[in-house]
Amino acid sequence: MSVLVFIELEEGKIKKSSREAISFAAAMGDTVAVALGTADADELASAGNNGASKVLHVADDRLNAGLIQPYAEVLAAAANESGAETIVTAKSSLADAVVGRVAAKLGAGLVSNVVGLPDTSNGFVVKRSIYTGKAFANTSITTDKKILAIKKNAIEVKTDGGSAAVEAFSVSLDDALFGAKITSTDKAEGDVLLPEADIVVSGGRGLKGPENWGMIEDLAKTLGAATGCSKPVSDMDWRPHHEHVGQTGVKVSPTLYVAVGISGAIQHLAGVNSSKYIVVINKDEEAPFFKAADYGIVGDAFEVVPKLNEALKKALA
Amino acid sequence: MNILVCITHVPDTTSRIAFTNDNTEFDKNGVQFIIGPYDDYALARAVELKEQHGGKITVLNVGEAESDPTIRKALAIGADEAVRVNAFPSDSFFVANQIAAVAKQGEYDLILMGRESIDFNGGMVHGMVGELLGLPSFSPVMQLDVDGSTAKITREIEGGKEKLEVNLPFVAGCQEPIAEWKIPNMRGIMSARTKPLNVVEPTDATVHSELSKYELPPAKGAVKMIDADNVEELVDLLKNEAKVI
Repeated sequence: MSVLVFIELEEGKIKKSSREAISFAAAMGDTVAVALGTADADELASAGNNGASKVLHVADDRLNAGLIQPYAEVLAAAANESGAETIVTAKSSLADAVVGRVAAKLGAGLVSNVVGLPDTSNGFVVKRSIYTGKAFANTSITTDKKILAIKKNAIEVKTDGGSAAVEAFSVSLDDALFGAKITSTDKAEGDVLLPEADIVVSGGRGLKGPENWGMIEDLAKTLGAATGCSKPVSDMDWRPHHEHVGQTGVKVSPTLYVAVGISGAIQHLAGVNSSKYIVVINKDEEAPFFKAADYGIVGDAFEVVPKLNEALKKALA
Repeated sequence: MNILVCITHVPDTTSRIAFTNDNTEFDKNGVQFIIGPYDDYALARAVELKEQHGGKITVLNVGEAESDPTIRKALAIGADEAVRVNAFPSDSFFVANQIAAVAKQGEYDLILMGRESIDFNGGMVHGMVGELLGLPSFSPVMQLDVDGSTAKITREIEGGKEKLEVNLPFVAGCQEPIAEWKIPNMRGIMSARTKPLNVVEPTDATVHSELSKYELPPAKGAVKMIDADNVEELVDLLKNEAKVI
């Protein structure tokens, strides 16, 4: 069986979550990946290190931006070209927007937030995370063609030192597919992406104001972490919305989540409940977040965080 | 302007999630149902756009009769009429197909919905509807302004945002801060009782997936408390017990 993987690039590099998707697909069968837009051939060949045998490269510079309709067209064409019965992608805001269209184009059954390999002993059953991480559903896909969107940080990246053959792949894309014009992009460069991060340091209202975020950023820097925040913090514009972690913001699933000055409303917990370990620092010992934490410190963030940062620097030096 | 807003009928975000009937059904016991929070943002923006440009808002739900109070709430918030496709929304393609069938019967300038439902969190229906109707689709949309036959939208990308100019009509999966949630006032609640809520039967029964069994995650162990004067202990635990740094 052959599997097609949608590779997302970030600043010219294959995203970690795409490498997770390739590792997942390679465990299912022969894996062909597809990459869109300008990309470095060596970088694409490195998909082989995670188990891809081939990368179809659509080097059309109109695809450098993540445009939904042309991307869907390319994915469907690549699925036909490779003869893949299953398409695998990391779940992301772009992939969500794209693969729904691909599913409708191909008549493929689509399941999102997949957390493990399919059980094919009796049909094709996949386990997916539902209710914002509060439960799982085993779902049977009943169509011949299938699309799986894999939850981030749910699958381990495998490396075997392999290299994939990179092949140019051309898809004729009608101008009508490019009707949407991107007029500006506002994106922090060089930062660890919050949805992809292994470690996340988040701050809440307990930090009292945006001017105090320096210590959160310092701690994040020491840990190589991404920074996040609670909903009130993004609602008050202390921090940008793409840092909002929670039910209606980004759902993260890092190995370590550090929450500073966040009380732990159930809507915030919904965004972090897939984290492997949770550290909570809060001056209120009754903060509900402690019940969901692995490690807790009751104390003033303005004293604890700088001390913790120094101790971590020493330990990681 | 003619706007179709698709809403889900989902458990309140504070609900305890449990299952019944040998883990094959969601346990509704004691659970309050609400308009999906993302759909609620879409509805709120639709109401604002109607205030600016005039027009009509139709709210659509694919669900069983238990959705009706949720649909009435959307009418109270400001939708003019409602359609309920009378079926259990078990599969994203099935739902998208019903939405597309209803959308084809009206001339909608905008088809808005949440970026995802908060029960299954798939986030796939907006794209499917766009494809089924041959319309562009965008998600997650955090800003939406209409000017004649074009719109300026802002979508969130990982680590930032992007502004786009697009032509109407299109499908959008919405999220905050596209608008503030609206709380229905008494006049809205009264008028919602008499606004039309048309129940129609599904047009196409095709499903692409079936749910078999639910599971709950294992319970979390107890928290280990560390003294604020001994942050070194936390560092040691993270390094040697959790092995995450």
